[in-house]
Amino acid sequence: MTALPLQTPEERVSYLNAGHTLRSWFLTTDHKRIAILYLVAITGFFAVAAVGAALIRLQLMTPTGELLSHEGYNRAFTLHGVVMVWFFLIPSIPNTFGNFLIPLMIGAKDLAFPRLNLASWYIFVGGGIFTLYALIAGGVDTGWTFYTPLSTMYANGHVLAVIAGITIAGFSSILTGLNFIVTVHKLRAPGMTWGRLPLFVWSHYATSVILVLATPVLAMTLILLFAERALRLAIFDPSIGGDPLLFQHLFWFYSHPAVYIMILPAMGVVSELVTAGARKRVFGYWFVACASLAIAGVGFLVWGHHMFVSGQSPYAGAIFSFLSLAVAVPSAVKVYNWTATLYKGEVVLDPPLLYGMAFVGLFTIGGLSGLMLALLAIDEHVHDTYFVVAHFHYIMVGGAVSGFLGAAHFWWPKITGRMYPLVWGRISAGLIFLGFNLTFFPQYLLGYLGMPRRYPTYPPEFQALNVLSSAGASVLFVAYVLPLVYFTWSLRNGRAAGANPWGASGLEWTTPSPPPKHNFEQIPVVDRPAYDYPLTRARGDE
Amino acid sequence: MSEYVTLREPYAARRQQSDADFLGMYVFLATEAMLFGALMCLTFLYRTQHPQASALAAQHMQLWIGAANTGILLTSSLFVALGVLAARHGQRRTTAGMLAGAMALGVVFLTLKGIEYGLDYRDGLMPVIGHPSPVRQGPAGLFIDLYFVATALHALHMIVGLVVLGTAATLVLRGAKRLPGQAVVVEMSGLYWHFVDVVWVFLFPIFYLARG
Repeated sequence: MTALPLQTPEERVSYLNAGHTLRSWFLTTDHKRIAILYLVAITGFFAVAAVGAALIRLQLMTPTGELLSHEGYNRAFTLHGVVMVWFFLIPSIPNTFGNFLIPLMIGAKDLAFPRLNLASWYIFVGGGIFTLYALIAGGVDTGWTFYTPLSTMYANGHVLAVIAGITIAGFSSILTGLNFIVTVHKLRAPGMTWGRLPLFVWSHYATSVILVLATPVLAMTLILLFAERALRLAIFDPSIGGDPLLFQHLFWFYSHPAVYIMILPAMGVVSELVTAGARKRVFGYWFVACASLAIAGVGFLVWGHHMFVSGQSPYAGAIFSFLSLAVAVPSAVKVYNWTATLYKGEVVLDPPLLYGMAFVGLFTIGGLSGLMLALLAIDEHVHDTYFVVAHFHYIMVGGAVSGFLGAAHFWWPKITGRMYPLVWGRISAGLIFLGFNLTFFPQYLLGYLGMPRRYPTYPPEFQALNVLSSAGASVLFVAYVLPLVYFTWSLRNGRAAGANPWGASGLEWTTPSPPPKHNFEQIPVVDRPAYDYPLTRARGDE
Repeated sequence: MSEYVTLREPYAARRQQSDADFLGMYVFLATEAMLFGALMCLTFLYRTQHPQASALAAQHMQLWIGAANTGILLTSSLFVALGVLAARHGQRRTTAGMLAGAMALGVVFLTLKGIEYGLDYRDGLMPVIGHPSPVRQGPAGLFIDLYFVATALHALHMIVGLVVLGTAATLVLRGAKRLPGQAVVVEMSGLYWHFVDVVWVFLFPIFYLARG
C-alpha cells in the first residue's frame, strides 16, 4: 500500500459524482451507470425468484406437502423458473459487469450505441414488470417451458401476459448483444488486437452471438404461442394435424443456447479471477478464447437432448447425444486451462479467487453429470427427475451465480472505489460452497432413486434427503444475504480501494476507482498481451 | 464532404462511426432473419408432413394479388436504392422524392394486402371470424394460419418501414440531416426497407407459388 492517504472516492471526480439527480441516473447514457441500473434491477428480480425457491423447498420438507395446494406449487416453481432464467440469469453478468467492463477493458469511452444501451434497460424493466404483475396477479402453472398443448389449451392463469413480458425482455437481450458485438469490433483502442483482448471480452463476444441469433427464435416461438392461445389459430394443434413437438424444437433451439448465455459470461469472469489470483499469464490463451466460440457454435446444435424421450427419431437422438458430448470438449479445455494457470502461481486466497475456484469445482460436477444426461440410455432412466434439476442447478447456480458473485467481489472496488471486508468475503464464499452442495447434491441422489421433478408430494422414504436439501437452501439464503450486507456497508465505511487493489493486469485497473465519466483521460495505446504478469507496478499503487 | 458529420460520443473518427452504424444494422437484420427464419422453418416442416393439404391451401391464395405485390415491393426497393444513391451525391430533394415514391408503393402494397385479407374473409379462410370454409378443417388450416401470421408480421414490418422512411425523408428535406455527410440515415433506412422486401421475396413462393 502507498504511504500517502488515498483520495476518497467522493473527493475525486468520477462517474458516480458526475450528477446526483434522479434524472442523471435514469436518462444517463454512461455504460457504467446503466450497469448499476441493471445491477439494482436484477438484484430485485433475484429476490423475487428466490421467494419461489423458498416456497418450493418449504413445501418439500414433508412428503405430503402442507404449505401449498398442488396448483399453488405449480405456480411457485413457474415463478421461480421464469424470473430466474429471463430476469436474473440471462442478464446477470452481461448486462451488469459486461456493460461496465467491456468498454474499460478494450480502452473505449463507451459502448457503440449508448442510447440503445439505455433503451435496452427500459425494455428489460418494462418486460419484467409485465411478467411480475402477471405472476403475482395469479401466476402461471405451465413451468418455464410453456409446453403446448398445456399452455395453449388447458392451462389457467396469465400465460399471455407472461409470454408477452418475456418477449419484450428478449428485445433487451438482442440490443445488448448487438451493442457488444459492434463495440468489440469497432471500438478497440489502438494496439488492442483480437489476440490481446481479455478472455472476459472473448466470452462476452461469444455470448452476444448467441443472444442475437437465438433470442429472435424464442420471440417467434412465443408469438406463435400467443397467436394460438389468444386468437385460437391452429399452429401446434394436434387435432387437425399440428405437431406440439415442433414447439419443443423451437423452444429448445433458443433455450439450450440460453444455457450458454448464462454460463459463458461466468467462464469469462473466472478466466479473469484465476489469472489475477495466480498472478500468472493464462495457460493457453487461444484455447480458452476459441473454446468460448466453439461452445457458442456447437451449442446451437444440441437442443434435441431435451427431447430424448419425446419420441423423436432414434437417429436424431444419437446425433444430438454425440453433439452434446462434443460440447464437453471445449468446456473441459477451459477447466484444465484454469487449473494449469493456478499451477505454480503466486496464489492468494482472496474472495474473488475463492469464488472462481468454487465455480470450477461446481461446474465440473455439473458438467460431468451433464455428460451422463447426454447419454441416451441414462437419460431414459433419469429424464424429468431431480437428477436433471441437480445437474442444471450445478451449472446455473453453482456456475453462473458463483461467477456473478465472483465478479462482484473482484470488481466491486473498481465500481464503487471502496473495499469490502475480505474476511467476510471469504466466509460468504465458503458458506455458498457448503450451502450449495448441501442443497443440490441430495437432489442427484433423489433423482437417481427416481423422484420426479415438479411433484408437490413424494413417498416418505425420500424425506431425509429432501430435508437435507431444504436445510442447505437456508444456509444458501444466509450466504446470499451476507454480501448484500457487507457490500452495502462498504459503500460508506469501506476503505478507499485505489486503482488496482488486486494487482491485476487489464486496462480497467489502469483508471482510478471509480473510473471517471469517460473512462480514460486519454485513449490508451496497448503494446502488450493480456495477462502480462508479473506486473512492473507494485500492488495497490495508484 | 466530411464537414457536416457530427461525431457521436464514443467515436474518434468518421469512418469508425459509420462502420459501426453499418455493422449494427447488419447484426440487427441478422436477428430479423432468425425471427422470420423460425417461421419459415416451421412452414417447411408442415409442408413435408402434409404435402397435399399444404398445396390445397396454397391454391386458395390470391395469386395475382401476391404477384402484383411482389412487383410493387421490388419497384419500391429500386426507388430506395436510387434515393440512397442521390443521398450519397448530396441531392436533398431527389433523395426525399425517391423515398416518398417508395413509401407510396408501400402504401399500395398494404392496401392490396388489405383487399386480399377481405377476400380471404369472404372465402372463410380467416381464423376466429367469418364462416370457416371446409378447407380450414384439416391440416390445410395449419398452413393457412401460418400464412396469416407470416403476412401480418410482414405487414407490421412494412408499417415500421414506412415510419422509418418517412422520418428519414423528413429529416433530409428539412435539413436536419445534411447530405452527403449524414447520408447514413438514408442508408440505414434503406437497408431496413430492402430487408423487409427480401422477406416478402421468400414469403411469396412459400405461400403462393408452391401449389402443386
